[in-house]
Amino acid sequence: MKAPGRSTLRAPDLVGLGFHGLRAHPVRALLSALGIAIGIAAMIAVLGISTSSQALVREKLDALGTGLLTVTAGDDLFGNATKLDPDAVARVERIDGVQHTSWSAALTDVHVYRNRAVDPGATGALEVLVAGPSLLEATGSTVLAGAWLDAARSQLPVVVLGETTAQRLGITDIGALVRIGEHTFTVGGILERSPLAPELDTAAIVGPEVAEKLLDFDGHPTTIYEQSTEASVPTVRELLPATVDPKAPNEVKVSRPSDALAAANTVDQAFTGLLVGVGSIALLVGGIGVANTMVISVLERRREIGLRRSLGATRGHIRAQFLVEAMLLAAYGGLAGTLLGWLITAIVARGNGWLVEVPPLVLVAGVVVTVVVGAIAGVLPAMRAARTSPTVALAT
Amino acid sequence: MSARAVIEFADVSRSYGSPPTLALRNVDLAIEAGELTAIVGPSGSGKSTMLHLMGTLDRASSGTVRIEGIDVGALGDRQLSALRAHRLGFVFQQFHLADGVDALDNVATGLLYTGVPRSERRKRAADALRSVGLGHRLGHEPRQLSGGERQRVAIARAVVGRPAVLLADEPTGALDTASGAAVIEVLERLNAAGTTVVVITHDRELASRMPRRIGIRDGRIEADRRASAAPATRRRAGAAT
Ligand SMILES: Nc1ncnc2c1ncn2[C@@H]1O[C@H](COP(=O)(O)OP(=O)(O)OP(=O)(O)O)[C@@H](O)[C@H]1O
Ligand SMILES: [Mg+2]
Repeated sequence: MKAPGRSTLRAPDLVGLGFHGLRAHPVRALLSALGIAIGIAAMIAVLGISTSSQALVREKLDALGTGLLTVTAGDDLFGNATKLDPDAVARVERIDGVQHTSWSAALTDVHVYRNRAVDPGATGALEVLVAGPSLLEATGSTVLAGAWLDAARSQLPVVVLGETTAQRLGITDIGALVRIGEHTFTVGGILERSPLAPELDTAAIVGPEVAEKLLDFDGHPTTIYEQSTEASVPTVRELLPATVDPKAPNEVKVSRPSDALAAANTVDQAFTGLLVGVGSIALLVGGIGVANTMVISVLERRREIGLRRSLGATRGHIRAQFLVEAMLLAAYGGLAGTLLGWLITAIVARGNGWLVEVPPLVLVAGVVVTVVVGAIAGVLPAMRAARTSPTVALAT
Repeated sequence: MSARAVIEFADVSRSYGSPPTLALRNVDLAIEAGELTAIVGPSGSGKSTMLHLMGTLDRASSGTVRIEGIDVGALGDRQLSALRAHRLGFVFQQFHLADGVDALDNVATGLLYTGVPRSERRKRAADALRSVGLGHRLGHEPRQLSGGERQRVAIARAVVGRPAVLLADEPTGALDTASGAAVIEVLERLNAAGTTVVVITHDRELASRMPRRIGIRDGRIEADRRASAAPATRRRAGAAT
């Protein structure tokens, strides 16, 4: 007697069996896929929102450039604010790769007021800054109205207001008068918001000559601005402290405003971690839900298992059928969750004026991860199904 | 032993549990190709157990079961499954049809594990349904069919793969006399076309129509009678066509 053929289940038929099993209980399939969907949606949303927000920051920084470094005087060992050497600016200018330099000095004892009647204590958190030449070029700032302080206007009691300062003082027109210390200054210009030098937004900016004459400015800058190409930022950064203050390089603080801007616009890491945690737990619970559904399904479908065995299914075929069913069940959840996560990202991104940017790999990974979860969840029920004795199954 | 035996039991016992209760005791039996055999006996006598052993759904506790000369005790799960997929067909009292799936696809399932592509399965399923007189019911779901029609769908599913042996466990048990008779007629026609048929029945009258009757009681063969030669000749003539 020749051996009969083999018992074979074609791959498309196996997938068909998986779908068939799910169609039998659509509501149950929906509910057990829900857990997985929520888990994946949470994870995709977290990743999507974070990448979308970063996309905006990247775009902004591309426009602003990231070559700006600022040097501020730190505190000395006794906690007193140190001042920078007036010659330091010229030294910084000589560093290789440096394109623009400038400086500013905060006048801590002088404040700006709308007029004489204002209570001297009500400074409005505004600062009076003395600006070195080419501060605008170095910080990438632009004038909204009026004009910047040129050499002539630096001699005169003319002030340029940052955007916030102008708002707080209620000034919209060039030529308005303000009080700085004991003196009246004419508003010569108003600046646009300056993302990389936000201290300018809350400043009333005057020229060095007039500051020395009227406001007791001692000639020491408190911040030095330095613009270089992005490529040379690391080397310049290395050289800056010793260049600015060769005697006490440790007391000098160098920072990169573009980094601060990026950090401020990135979704809070702790919050991201929390959501990823919640997503993983939901995924785990979803996986348990799938396993549970499959266990019930195996128990309910013993007759079907017995019948299939009588029709020539091997144990492996039965196992594969239930495994595929679990994977499809989870994949349903994964697909729905991925869609939902993308939708949440889109809504949040639109609300914040960001571009929606979810890496396609994340979307693919979302579905792949769920299929893996489904496979793991399906292993035990599938093995149980395969072990079911056909005669007992047919007798029930 | 006969060279033409499709099913052969040699000293076969099947026991359950411990202490072991014997459902089948030292059974010797040979069923030849082309036979139509009824198995009769009281409830719990071991009929289903015997049929399951013939169909390799169960293994003997001792003794040898041969299907088409092959000792099935030596075969693994894949080989036994292959045997069931290609050489054996089953019919059960409860039909075991899939709800929400039409007759055609229910029958096509009978070829699912033979590696035949779907379109071919459906084509052969339609032929099988026509051969059991249900050519006009291809698109009907089980709940739209009568009990007798459902059992004929189940028979079509069992024979769509042209098995050598058809094993039926009380196929008429859930049916009224008229539909039962129609089902038995289908089995007789299949047998006439060459399929070896073994059918368990409680119905003495039905059994008396069969060319061979095996009576079992308490796991032992109590009687094994063949009818006169006339039906056998008719059967052989049918098998030759
Ligand atoms: N899985 C099992 N576990 C324990 N005992 C079993 C099992 N299957 C059958 N038996 C026992 O084996 C004996 C024979 O059972 P079997 O099902 O073969 O009887 P049967 O002749 O088909 O009866 P019926 O006409 O009621 O279907 C019975 O005593 C039964 O209790
Ligand atoms: Mg029985």
